Amino acid sequence: MRIRVDYSTIYEYAQAASDVLQLLRVQPAGHDGQHVVHWRIDTEVDGHLRRGEDAFGNITHMFYPDGPVQRVALHVTGEVDTIESHGVLTGSYERLPPTVYLRQTELTQPDDAIKQLARQLDVGDALASCHRLTGLLYDSMTFDADVTHAHSDAAHAFAIRAGVCQDYAHVFLSVARCMGIPARYVSGHLVRADGFITQPAAHAWAEALIPDLGWVAFDPTNGMCATEAYLRVAVGLDYRDCAPVRGARRGGGMETMNVAVTTQATGQHPGLGELGSQTQVQSQS
Amino acid sequence: MQAIPAFDEMFGSGEGYDSRSPAGVTHAYRAIRQWLADSPPELMAARRAQAELFFRRIGITFAVYGDAQATERLIPFDIVPRIITRTEWTRLEKGLTQRVRALNLFLADIYGAQEILKAGILPAELVLMNPAYCLHMVGRTPPGGVWVHIAGIDLVRTGSDDFYVLEDNARTPSGVSYMLENREVMLKLVPELFDQVKVAPVETYPEKLLETLASVSPRKQRGSNPTCVLLTPGQFNSAFYEHSFLADKLGIELVEGSDLFVRDDIVFMRTTEGPQRVDVIYRRLDDDFIDPLVFNPTSMLGVPGLMAAYAAGNVTLANAVGTGIADDKAIYSYMPEIVRFYTGEEPILANVPTWRCREPEALMYVLDHLPELVVKEVDGSGGYGMLVGPHASKTTIAAFAAKLKANPEKFIAQPTLALSTCPTATDGGVAARHVDLRPFVLTGADGVRIVPGGLTRVAMTAGSLVVNSSQGGGTKDTWIIDG
Repeated sequence: MRIRVDYSTIYEYAQAASDVLQLLRVQPAGHDGQHVVHWRIDTEVDGHLRRGEDAFGNITHMFYPDGPVQRVALHVTGEVDTIESHGVLTGSYERLPPTVYLRQTELTQPDDAIKQLARQLDVGDALASCHRLTGLLYDSMTFDADVTHAHSDAAHAFAIRAGVCQDYAHVFLSVARCMGIPARYVSGHLVRADGFITQPAAHAWAEALIPDLGWVAFDPTNGMCATEAYLRVAVGLDYRDCAPVRGARRGGGMETMNVAVTTQATGQHPGLGELGSQTQVQSQS
Repeated sequence: MQAIPAFDEMFGSGEGYDSRSPAGVTHAYRAIRQWLADSPPELMAARRAQAELFFRRIGITFAVYGDAQATERLIPFDIVPRIITRTEWTRLEKGLTQRVRALNLFLADIYGAQEILKAGILPAELVLMNPAYCLHMVGRTPPGGVWVHIAGIDLVRTGSDDFYVLEDNARTPSGVSYMLENREVMLKLVPELFDQVKVAPVETYPEKLLETLASVSPRKQRGSNPTCVLLTPGQFNSAFYEHSFLADKLGIELVEGSDLFVRDDIVFMRTTEGPQRVDVIYRRLDDDFIDPLVFNPTSMLGVPGLMAAYAAGNVTLANAVGTGIADDKAIYSYMPEIVRFYTGEEPILANVPTWRCREPEALMYVLDHLPELVVKEVDGSGGYGMLVGPHASKTTIAAFAAKLKANPEKFIAQPTLALSTCPTATDGGVAARHVDLRPFVLTGADGVRIVPGGLTRVAMTAGSLVVNSSQGGGTKDTWIIDG
């Protein structure tokens, strides 16, 4: 499938902010099932973009705008060819030994309920356990964009059985790691089967290391393994390692952030499912 | 407090303070013994009062930088110096050099080829799953290849020739300002004693530290004079006075995170003459706070983008990020093996014998000897969850044994050590008090530097083995003497 992504992130400040800088993880790397045809990052204000690589092997960019700015807009566009592999990942660039993906983080720290779930789901076979986990989270949790926020943890989301894809993924990671299965967070984009092209945010799912198969992608939000409709951008121990934008600034006052993502298979046209550009507002410290 | 029989550094193990037998005095302490004998109690009291006054004055200079509390010297100072002979020191120096070399090689390896894990010397998960093992440093090499530029190695002595490493401090070890201040005060207080005894100088420490920092500058190849700064969490940090003291002695800028910024992966300092490029940051700020874009996102103390500049090789952080894994308690127990693996030599400085309860034979031994051992949680600190066998009741020991059997991998055990004692001026006259020693080991791209001396901490309460300043511990000047 050829997937086209058009993605903008716009930060606006009440007053001009100085020393603005952003750490971006918005550019995918290739693997056997994913070939990047072209990809570009455009910034509205002048500045310097410097490419790097993080601990997990993700492509990073530091963006340093020139001078004080009141608005930082980022437009990311690209096309990627994907091949159906039923979630099995091969040919990816691995910088870290798999054992590190057994580490729980602040956002995946299991509570008793999660530990109990891990004991209940563990059938001794990692693949079967992960399928059960994916199915259970899909069945028992409700997608709700209004009950959690960027800093919510797995225990909270599981307790209220609700959240967004980020929360589903954190619960998955917490449980899988309790079962002794190395697991990691994946941020990326999804061509939705229902025709909704414009989405308020990027997608997130999880990868688990399965003996004899390697890394396999599970999407608990949709109750399935990843398909060719999934474009993988960054991986890490949790959301914080994969956040598309982490920024800092001096001054500027109140901040408004707008994110709009369109993800579509080329040839797919905006249809009935088209939503207006959505706005997500959050204040950052 | 119950006194534990210990080696006394003035009288050796045989004689006590009551016998006052000059024959029992160790060679090292002959001049000090005489000085103490020649000093009537009133004179000692006057010297103690004068020392207090000197420290208050130093305190006032500290106050220039910070808050009013810094003027109060909370840590007691003892005017009787602690003596170590040149012969003893030479051996310690070799041992410290070897140990810090091994720590640096260990860090380079576990963040690089991981040979020690492949060789099965220590369990891989002990490193890889450890929160102190910083994933952002995997596959990276700090400028000059040095990880631990400043190490504080805590030593305890239990006999004439028996020194043990109690702890390796490889993150941001503190206390060196006391080493320097204590000497300054002693030189003013008892200049006549320095005429009689040839004491090795420690005053060169700031110079050696600056040389060390300059040696790892990423720009040194280009021949430019590197700009070093000292990064402090700020005046509310308990060691702030030390930060300002050291910056002053080194002649470098004392900066907080907000004084620095990163532009195009290069670190700059704001100055009245515009931005100035920074090459080396002697940071006294923990890893988790140094860059909110990569670590703790709520940190206001760090420098956003610092890790990008670091990864690009444009700035040196001393110590390097991720060194905490080397002073982890679980890793400590493997230090003799780590020293052998990287240096091919037998460790010169001994580890405190440590039983890793994860090993069945060790566990059996520990369970059989609980009344005489200290048992600690591998990731515990501050004395919580610890069993001190000699001070515990039978019920407590039985309960602890059950905990130990349930989760043996969570515990290590060590013998209860009798720290050596030194003569110490107390309100009741000169008496024996337990001490330890923290020498500071500097490692640059051009080798290891150690000033002869260190910080001696002393438990001011009779019989107490706790030398921590938070528990009423004090400090002494440490003299390495010829002869």
